[in-house]
Amino acid sequence: MSGMPLVQVQDLAKRFDVSAPWLNRVIERLPRQVVHAVDGVSFEIERGSTLALVGESGCGKSTVARLLVGLYEPSAGAIHFDGQPLAGLQGSARRMLQRRLQMIFQDPYASLNPRWTVADIVAEPLREHALVAGRDAQHARVAELLQQVGLAAADAAKYPHQFSGGQRQRISIARALATQPEFLVCDEPTSALDVSVQAQVLNIMKRLQRERGLTYLFISHNLAVVRHVADRVGVMYLGRLVEVAPKRELFAAPRHPYTRMLLDAIPDVHMSGRARTPVQGEVPNPLNPPSGCSFHPRCPHANARCQAERPALHTLGSVQVACHAVQEGRLEAATRPVTLTAT
Amino acid sequence: MSTATPPTPLLEVKDLVVEFPTRRGTLRALDHVGFTIAPGEILGVVGESGAGKSLTGAAIIGLLEPPGRIAGGEIRLRGERIDGLPADALRRIRGKRIGAIFQDPLTSLNPLFTVGHQLVETIRTHLPVSDAEARERAIGLLARTGIPAPEARFGQYPHQFSGGMRQRVVIALALAAEPELIVADEPTTALDVSIQAQIIALLKRLARERGTAVMLVTHDMGVIAETCDRVAVLYAGRVAEIGPVAEVIHRPAHPYTRGLMGSIPAMDEDRDELLQIDGTMPRLNAMPTGCAFHPRCPAASERCTRERPELMAAGATQAACWWVNARVAP
Amino acid sequence: MSTLARWRDSDVWHSFRRSPTAIVAAVIAAVCLFCSLFAPWVAPHNPFDLATLNLMDSRLPPAWMEGGNPTYLLGTDDQGRDILSALFYGARISLLVGLASVLLSLVVGVALGLLAGFVGGAVDAFIMRVCDVMLSFPSILVALLIDGVGRAIFPNAHDTLAFGVLIFAIALTGWVQYARTVRGSTLVERQKEYVQAARVIGVAPLAIMARHVLPNVMGPVLVLATIQVAAAILTEATLSFLGVGVPPTSPSLGTLIRIGNDTLFSGDWWITIFPGVMLVLIALSVNLLGDWLRDALNPKLQ
Repeated sequence: MSGMPLVQVQDLAKRFDVSAPWLNRVIERLPRQVVHAVDGVSFEIERGSTLALVGESGCGKSTVARLLVGLYEPSAGAIHFDGQPLAGLQGSARRMLQRRLQMIFQDPYASLNPRWTVADIVAEPLREHALVAGRDAQHARVAELLQQVGLAAADAAKYPHQFSGGQRQRISIARALATQPEFLVCDEPTSALDVSVQAQVLNIMKRLQRERGLTYLFISHNLAVVRHVADRVGVMYLGRLVEVAPKRELFAAPRHPYTRMLLDAIPDVHMSGRARTPVQGEVPNPLNPPSGCSFHPRCPHANARCQAERPALHTLGSVQVACHAVQEGRLEAATRPVTLTAT
Repeated sequence: MSTATPPTPLLEVKDLVVEFPTRRGTLRALDHVGFTIAPGEILGVVGESGAGKSLTGAAIIGLLEPPGRIAGGEIRLRGERIDGLPADALRRIRGKRIGAIFQDPLTSLNPLFTVGHQLVETIRTHLPVSDAEARERAIGLLARTGIPAPEARFGQYPHQFSGGMRQRVVIALALAAEPELIVADEPTTALDVSIQAQIIALLKRLARERGTAVMLVTHDMGVIAETCDRVAVLYAGRVAEIGPVAEVIHRPAHPYTRGLMGSIPAMDEDRDELLQIDGTMPRLNAMPTGCAFHPRCPAASERCTRERPELMAAGATQAACWWVNARVAP
Repeated sequence: MSTLARWRDSDVWHSFRRSPTAIVAAVIAAVCLFCSLFAPWVAPHNPFDLATLNLMDSRLPPAWMEGGNPTYLLGTDDQGRDILSALFYGARISLLVGLASVLLSLVVGVALGLLAGFVGGAVDAFIMRVCDVMLSFPSILVALLIDGVGRAIFPNAHDTLAFGVLIFAIALTGWVQYARTVRGSTLVERQKEYVQAARVIGVAPLAIMARHVLPNVMGPVLVLATIQVAAAILTEATLSFLGVGVPPTSPSLGTLIRIGNDTLFSGDWWITIFPGVMLVLIALSVNLLGDWLRDALNPKLQ
């Protein structure tokens, strides 16, 4: 996996204005309110690999996903796809790009138009980009796509409500693959599915990645699933990246206090009996984030600097962490000695 | 069996049948489901969508949505039957002896009344106490469920609480009348992982402190592993396996439970492929003959297609499978 | 499954078969529709062909009463027109105007509702304010106003133009309902992920509105349209009764009622009553059908 990363994101930010209507603001003298859903996020994704973004509600991971596919416009920062900036792309250049990146959504019941047949749903990208001409050729391609995700060609004539959640998610995957994209953004694709169905869908996704060299951005709140699919993992909290690490590193030796807390909080199905620290507090209101490091109210290692100054992402070997305690060496070190390098 | 059954279980469900008459015929959503819960025990009822676990909870509380109805079997609370009771009697039992916690804390609380008001109302409906004493108890409950500054929170409205706090209030409400049994339907599914851990710990602590039995309905095996003493695995409206939680998780006897455990990604090992069970749970109107799992079962035999297996002893658990007898350790 | 087979198997058809009200209402509506559509062939006489009228036969009571004539089953009016035939022809006009105005208001209302819901922002605010303004006027007055303005602009208008103005006037009173309903549904559908998926694919917003959102918001519109047909017919009847509706050469049921109104108190009740009953039958059956349709399509009542 050498060469330029397929996806590069620099200081990406997205602000939402959630102020009350103008009249209310005037009468009740309310201030403008802005949510920093994504607050300066930077990462890269190598071709053919999977980066997972994890975090709890309000951390901004879904917003990042939507920024990458163009459903939202960034308030600040830059996104580069294959060296090309996404900003300001219009017309045919934009359409070329839309073929190369696609998205899979979380809700299998809302992501397929209930009034369209499966054939129409899967063929829509083909028709929109005029990739395949003629109804017969389109039918054939749709059948091929359905078979690749483990469905039958005859399913093309049916309607979404005739399928289960897992099957619908496969139809979504088939639709996303229609334009032969290189990059797939997957927004919690298995969160709404039962565990056994989730296993089927995850296996399909991994197989497709192996066969076609796909690159994934995988959003999830389920760390166990992330462990199964990701190569690298980014942990987000209140719109910021707090830790980015290769999978093994993250799970074996989590650096950031929030990552440790998350890993400790996960119910352990296999009851391995590992020691855990109890979780404290709740995610603060995104309208009113804490100053400095947004995790400091819940952090057992916070000091005055954490309250005042927002930590930057520092690189420690293959891991990036945004934490003063780690940078200053206050946190108990991981098993291997690490050297600090500024990003 | 390794667990000794106490003389009078707190809750006994025997051969419960729940049906839905539709224009295409009657659908049997629960087909002879049975289990017991001892006082102070936490039983998990786990299953995937469509297995009937929420229906089981609803049937026990008496909140089955018509046209669904209990068409057979018994539900006994401390030996007395509660399934055939008239609505009035059931209402008195509900709240006083059985508390309920539902999935969505937002809709479980009335947004128009303060949290304190709802608590006091519940307490006074079921316990003969004065207003002042009810208020004291309510504040005590809020404190016990870990809500900071309970006197101040007493007068606040549900929308002023966060999701996790709201669920704590719901738990306080469920405990208000000092019930013997709590039925919790997916109490942590709508919450963040870190809050989930807190709520699970709270439920366990409260159950132990008061000796309240809990029936925890969920699809999340992780939550079951953390919380429960015993677990019943439901499949297609039937109990596939039931037993102590450690046994069911580490030494599952039923092929479905094995498939289920195998398909859960593990936190401490890397696997290339997850074990997957091909196919999907059968729909209620297309139930296979014999064992409901046989179309998807790697070990299905001819007998499995004909005869439906009953729960049989299988090591430390009970499983509804014809093959377990071969595996029972001598 | 073919579309017909799917429909036969659907809950809507099943609910219909089990609802006596719906079946009776549908039968009555169908009969009225048939008679009015095929009036020239079904009616025993043509009451508007002046050549066939016989003044000697005027003001005859219905056939079963004393003095009645079996040729004129329901009697005749003061010009010798057969009431039964006049019913069919009148219903034809009423239904034509009713259906046409509903169609027009549906198209305009749905389009504006979709636009408001999908585009949002200032466009949405503007359209909704227009709706609010329109709703503050009583529908009859609006229709009267438009009609009056139309007649003032085109004083010598021939019939087609008069019809057009009438249909436009009635349509103007009805489009707001569609716009608001569709806007609400559009706001909901717009958030759904299949719309976002279409945007990611690169489908243009107009195409998303028309191909994706529109089929999913039409359900409540159909119910509304059914009920509005009855309202439109009644509005037209009111206007014709007041003399500002259809041109006198093509009388609708409302006109007939007006004609009979003059002679009502002199004892010739049949000239007013029968058109009135017909009007009530049509409006009632369409309303009942609309009610049944709304309940049948409401998943929460299943």
